[in-house]
Amino acid sequence: MSLDAAMPRATAPAILPGSGGVRGGLSDLFWRRPQFLLLLMLLPPVLWLGIVYIGSLFALLLQSFFSIDEFSGLINREFTLKTYGDLLQAANLDIILRTVTMAALVTLAAAIIAFPIAYYAARYARGRWKALFYLGVMLPLWSSYLVKIYAWKLILAKEGILTWLLAKLHLLWLLDAWLSLPIVGGNSLSVSSTGTFIVFVYVWLPFMILPVQAALERVPGNLVEASSDLGASPGQTFGNVLFPLALPGIVAGSIFTFSLTLGDYIIPQIIGTSRLFIGQAVYSQQGTAGNIPLAAAFTVVPIVIMGFYLWGAKRMGAFDAL
Amino acid sequence: MTSAVSFQNVSRHFGSVRAVDAVDLDIVPGEFFAMLGPSGSGKTTCLRLIAGFEQPTAGSIAIFGERAEGVPPYRRNVNTVFQDYALFPHLNVLDNVAYGLMVKGVGRPERQKAAEEALALVRLPGYGARRPGQLSGGQRQRVALARALVNQPKVLLLDEPLGALDLKLRENMQEELKSLQKALGITFVFVTHDQGEALSMADRVAVFNDGKIMQIGTPEDIYQRPKTRFVADFVGSSNVLPPDFVQRYAGQHRWGSLRPESIRIGRANGQGVAARLVSTNYLGATTRLALDAEGLRLHAIVPAGAALPREGEAVVLTFNREHLHLMDELG
Repeated sequence: MSLDAAMPRATAPAILPGSGGVRGGLSDLFWRRPQFLLLLMLLPPVLWLGIVYIGSLFALLLQSFFSIDEFSGLINREFTLKTYGDLLQAANLDIILRTVTMAALVTLAAAIIAFPIAYYAARYARGRWKALFYLGVMLPLWSSYLVKIYAWKLILAKEGILTWLLAKLHLLWLLDAWLSLPIVGGNSLSVSSTGTFIVFVYVWLPFMILPVQAALERVPGNLVEASSDLGASPGQTFGNVLFPLALPGIVAGSIFTFSLTLGDYIIPQIIGTSRLFIGQAVYSQQGTAGNIPLAAAFTVVPIVIMGFYLWGAKRMGAFDAL
Repeated sequence: MTSAVSFQNVSRHFGSVRAVDAVDLDIVPGEFFAMLGPSGSGKTTCLRLIAGFEQPTAGSIAIFGERAEGVPPYRRNVNTVFQDYALFPHLNVLDNVAYGLMVKGVGRPERQKAAEEALALVRLPGYGARRPGQLSGGQRQRVALARALVNQPKVLLLDEPLGALDLKLRENMQEELKSLQKALGITFVFVTHDQGEALSMADRVAVFNDGKIMQIGTPEDIYQRPKTRFVADFVGSSNVLPPDFVQRYAGQHRWGSLRPESIRIGRANGQGVAARLVSTNYLGATTRLALDAEGLRLHAIVPAGAALPREGEAVVLTFNREHLHLMDELG
């Protein structure tokens, strides 16, 4: 028999000899003590995260409790809450409010646009279509962020593609009506808050689609059938089964879209009004203004907001389905 | 009387695959109906056609006299117990059971009371606050049953509901399902590939193969009087006898079937079918013998403790002429 040919039964020992050498010895050691392997694998990233990331975060937090001497421009390294007092000035509160509102709207829009795409990909796309979906979602991430933003500037500019298209469709009056509105309007889309919003949604959309798709992928198809079987209309099935089960994915995606919008300083600088966002404020405070404590205090704002956001999401049961 | 479920010439094709092929079927209200067949025989597709998850490619389906083609599942007063239960993982047991009433707009106190009652019916009172993930397979099965029954469906569909349970639990559930069905008087349609389960529980059994129904009848009919070789072979491991063999012993050139328990083993010098004992399998209460009769492989089941010849020894087989069943299939 071929089995006998491969391993003569009479001569095969019950226990095979070790393969010897350093590799063989290490394999046996890691098998006997798996925690060694775990330690070896985790140590570098834990050191990296611990020192470089948590450490700098802590340094940042520390800086925000220092203050700047307004005459000399030197940093006074004494504990004070004065910088946080400065943060609460009307002009700075305005920046925070604008940024948070934008982040919330971008997150909401991204979730609404992402859900059907993610649902299609998780439920219906198979084989080639699934590959096409991943390619379509990931492809924009491969090209430079700046290239995409400048491309959008061309699309949204007064002489741009969108204006041209709307003129062809005889819908220019709609654009003009929208641009004449306060806050969201402006001279053209590329210098309005609406433009900033559109580009934010575009740039962060993949970060919403992928986690929502992963969450929906884990929802067994027969739960949708069971819901329908028990008398739920498609709308009720969405509200009672699909949405709650996709919620951890939506929250994961919203962490990306929300925090990325809170921290970004390039998009609002290239596309939008001259009014500042938190990222721009940090950039100018630590750069030209040289007010590191205020920049640090500004940076603490998104961290605190995200903390509250996650706490609220957990309390509302967003992670119950995990 | 109108049928609980009526199929007229129903087909469901998936591309070139004929999952269900021109099936006619009438299920009587209040009966326990089993659909039996190997995997891929179309029995589950038939169940899904009744539930509304599939639409027929051709033919018509009526549920209590009302046409069901094009009617979505949520407008059918039919409920399903899924094979892997399909309990909602984000809801506790009580909310799972109350789900059907919730989407119909029944008020919270009322639906919770009904759900508690349904849980008591399946002998899980007080389990309402638990999550499905905290339950054993048998308990999940009961929750799935309660979740379907609380809606008081006209027809209850069960898709291999006992498949994932171990033997002891399965036997208990078989008895319970049967008595529950008697007590409630709801029409049960039960899909299974386990012939023992179908025979022990159902009032009538439909045997499926290749998208077609081979035979519909009472368990006795199906077991004692199979119409085709497939049914004889699939329902209990009957000995299928070729026409030449049957010709010699029953005088008709047809396929025949002989139950293993109908065969008696005798001494080599007696009258009967000469055979050789190939192997013996001890099964506890009985012993199963594999025999070689002139090149034909036969199985016999004898009570444990009977004196047995040794393997390889020549024996003579005898059987009662009435036990040799002639099937419809000619040679």
